[in-house]
Amino acid sequence: MSGVSTATVEDLTEATAPKRFWNRQRRLGAGLVVIGLIAAVIFGSVADSATARFTLSEDAEGAALSINGQFGAILFGIVTIAAGAALLAGVAKRWQTTLLTLGIVTFVFSFLCWQVAGKFLPLVDTASGSLELALPLILGALAGVLCERSGVVNVAIEGQFLMGAFGAALVGTLATSVWAGLISAVVGGVIIASLLAVLAIRFLVDQVVVGIVLNLLALGVTGFLYERLMQPDAMKYNSPPRLPEWRIPGLADIPVVGPVLFETNLLVWLALALVVVIHLALTRTRWGLRTRAVGEHPTAADTVGIRVRGLRYMNVLLGGVVAGAGGAYFTLVSTGAFNKNMTAGAGFIALAALIFGRWTPFGALGAALFFGFAQKLANYLSAVGSPVPNQFLNMLPYLATIIAVAGLVGRVRAPAADGVPYVKS
Amino acid sequence: MANDHIDITVEPGEVHALLGENGAGKSTLMNQLYGLLQPDEGEILVDGEPKVFRSPRDAIAAGIGMVHQHFMLVPVFTVAENIALGAEEVRGGPLGWLDRRRSRRDVLETSKRYGLPVDPDALVENLPVGSQQRVEIVKALTRDVDLLILDEPTAVLTPQETDELLAVMRSLAETGKSIVFITHKLREVKAIADRITVIRRGRTVATASPDTSTDELAALMVGRDVSLEVTKTPSDPGREVLKVSGLIVDDDRGTRAVDRVDLVVRSGEVLGIAGVQGNGQTELVEAIMGLRESRAGLIELEDKNLAGRTTKQVLRAGVGYVPEDRSLDGVVKDFTVAENLVLDIYDQAPFGNGFKLNPGPIADSARERVSQFDIRTSSPQSTVGTLSGGNQQKVVVAREMSRPLKLLIAAQPTRGVDVGSIEFIHNQIIHERDVGTAVLVVSSELDEVLGLADRIAVMYRGRILAIVSPDTPREEIGLLMAGVVTREAEDTE
Repeated sequence: MSGVSTATVEDLTEATAPKRFWNRQRRLGAGLVVIGLIAAVIFGSVADSATARFTLSEDAEGAALSINGQFGAILFGIVTIAAGAALLAGVAKRWQTTLLTLGIVTFVFSFLCWQVAGKFLPLVDTASGSLELALPLILGALAGVLCERSGVVNVAIEGQFLMGAFGAALVGTLATSVWAGLISAVVGGVIIASLLAVLAIRFLVDQVVVGIVLNLLALGVTGFLYERLMQPDAMKYNSPPRLPEWRIPGLADIPVVGPVLFETNLLVWLALALVVVIHLALTRTRWGLRTRAVGEHPTAADTVGIRVRGLRYMNVLLGGVVAGAGGAYFTLVSTGAFNKNMTAGAGFIALAALIFGRWTPFGALGAALFFGFAQKLANYLSAVGSPVPNQFLNMLPYLATIIAVAGLVGRVRAPAADGVPYVKS
Repeated sequence: MANDHIDITVEPGEVHALLGENGAGKSTLMNQLYGLLQPDEGEILVDGEPKVFRSPRDAIAAGIGMVHQHFMLVPVFTVAENIALGAEEVRGGPLGWLDRRRSRRDVLETSKRYGLPVDPDALVENLPVGSQQRVEIVKALTRDVDLLILDEPTAVLTPQETDELLAVMRSLAETGKSIVFITHKLREVKAIADRITVIRRGRTVATASPDTSTDELAALMVGRDVSLEVTKTPSDPGREVLKVSGLIVDDDRGTRAVDRVDLVVRSGEVLGIAGVQGNGQTELVEAIMGLRESRAGLIELEDKNLAGRTTKQVLRAGVGYVPEDRSLDGVVKDFTVAENLVLDIYDQAPFGNGFKLNPGPIADSARERVSQFDIRTSSPQSTVGTLSGGNQQKVVVAREMSRPLKLLIAAQPTRGVDVGSIEFIHNQIIHERDVGTAVLVVSSELDEVLGLADRIAVMYRGRILAIVSPDTPREEIGLLMAGVVTREAEDTE
């Protein structure tokens, strides 16, 4: 309760003023100023006054961007404060995103200057590592986009990953073909997706509950088969070929960008292409228009002759294809063998990326890359023996999602009929 | 059974009114015609040929269009997207590449041809209900319908908008289209219909011509003679019971819903609030009841400030509340009638002590209320969900009027209630007034406000535009409901 008990004429005129002072932009600006202060004061004071080198090559030698660690930490912190101050001062709305991005990026750099002072950070390796760690998250979040934009909540991404990873390892080994493995991964994802579809769409079971149950099912089934089948005879059942890295001549020679984007495996290109394809399909095609209609207002879609359940089935299964392919990453790209519960919650981080990315393909891509970077950074920090516990960085996806869902970073609005089964009245 | 062997014939170029009470089976009938429901028996003939509609797709193909009571528009889509949906213009491709320019042009063309202005690029969620309804009509017309069904289309319109809609219906009929107009409002039926089919309890009871008298139509609809007029003596207003001043309330989206409202309700009078749905009435009532935070202003009940109190405190201060959405806020459907009757005082003697309930007194009191308020239920121990809408509402009214009241707030007291129960509830409200309670009635049915109120406050976009006497001509109040302030109306208070 605002608890306004007396009202004078002045109170009224103020209360009727259409805008509040602490609008979203000012709240964001204040947040940036605070973290900028933390960066400039705390990072700046604890950073060594030694050179921080961001190298283009794998080792400490070669071309690099260098900066004094302490100076850098303070400098970037001040830029963060400036970006926040600009938002606080009330700049035009079109600058909001740019300034917000600038503020966050400079904060990250301030942090890096502190951590890297006296050491080096290989830029290319960090970028390609982030992209690789983001790969399953991109595919998982895209699977979520397909399901949830048509109104079916997909908490089972984790289970789809596991089945995909398992199928890829088993069939890939038996057939000694990485392509057979990839196809089986897709099949594995579709199996879980079809269970989700039938239970959620046909039998109207609570979709979150179904998702959790399916995750446990996938964990149980793959764990059991792993222990009984794969572990006793790993050579025969659990040594799939790896997905080959391809190099596009010419493009791969572009510095930094080349080795990251054009010297990599098929799955990365597939994921990036899918982001564009799903985005265009959702916004520009009949299928997309109908999918969004079914996710927002299924009764309206039904009354203009759209088959609501049919479309939902199709989209959930398509999501299974994409998430299954994401599962292949774990066995065909990352480790080269299946292991019990090897996805370790990646499906949930993908779900977080979906929400953080506001249920859009490009948003999901951005969120996945951000989470991938956080994870890569955590690995780097533990490797160089940083005083910052890497668990802190591993928390980042969840923290970011809580912030996003709490509505601090823009309005997060799920499709209106997300998770609501369609029953004809 | 919602429909029991109904026969209805609609001729080309006629406006055919389907008249019946809430729950008579009008919508069920039309949903079968539109393929949303399948009939168990009987057939549908279009131009003399039998047709089977498995889904709306089949109905649309047969030239049938429907404007639903709750609009079937996707709020986050543009007008053009909503109209195109299901019949998209595409340029090929496996997923169907949308041809937006053509969709947009089609919308403008139809809009111009029938004189129904719509902006193809506007987002539907930003449009007022009147425009949303136009979008629905254009949507049906772009699909080349021969028969257009309008389900309770005037429920959300001001009297002027209603007149406009009736004119549109007439001009559509003149182009040879048939129109089925579902309604329970006799005035509109008489104004527009070429023929009237009256439905009661799922059966056709009569086919009437528009010169049938209003009383006769009402009797056909209800099955017995009813008095549509509320009989009451002149009011005898006493002291000020509720005083609201400078009240400002925001809605869920943070936009201003109630904007500097001042009003006074005296003991022994009914203040009616008229206005089209969604002009801040809901938020005003919720703020008074402590269900919604107010941003500024005073709410005084006999000099005690209510702003900032919890709903329980407000109720205990002597306020009775009939909420506008019965099933959401009025009753707990899975609870019994007896339990619902003590929802407000279950923790007070003799019904309980806050720790345990006393089933004996609860059952005794329930039996008494059931007979006193004429609640038609097989037993006080039946769940409320098994009762008809009218009887559920009587449960709410019985509960709220069983406490000693200083103020009664009744929001949409007869929405979805059969005519027999409407009469009863109206009489109860007048009775409460006559024993000296201050009564605030909010209704989007202008006739209800005119019948009950001793003074009428017209609400538009969160403001009270004027307070007028119930003798004011309908047209004038209608203009106020549309935000048009005439000089006389301003002077009235």
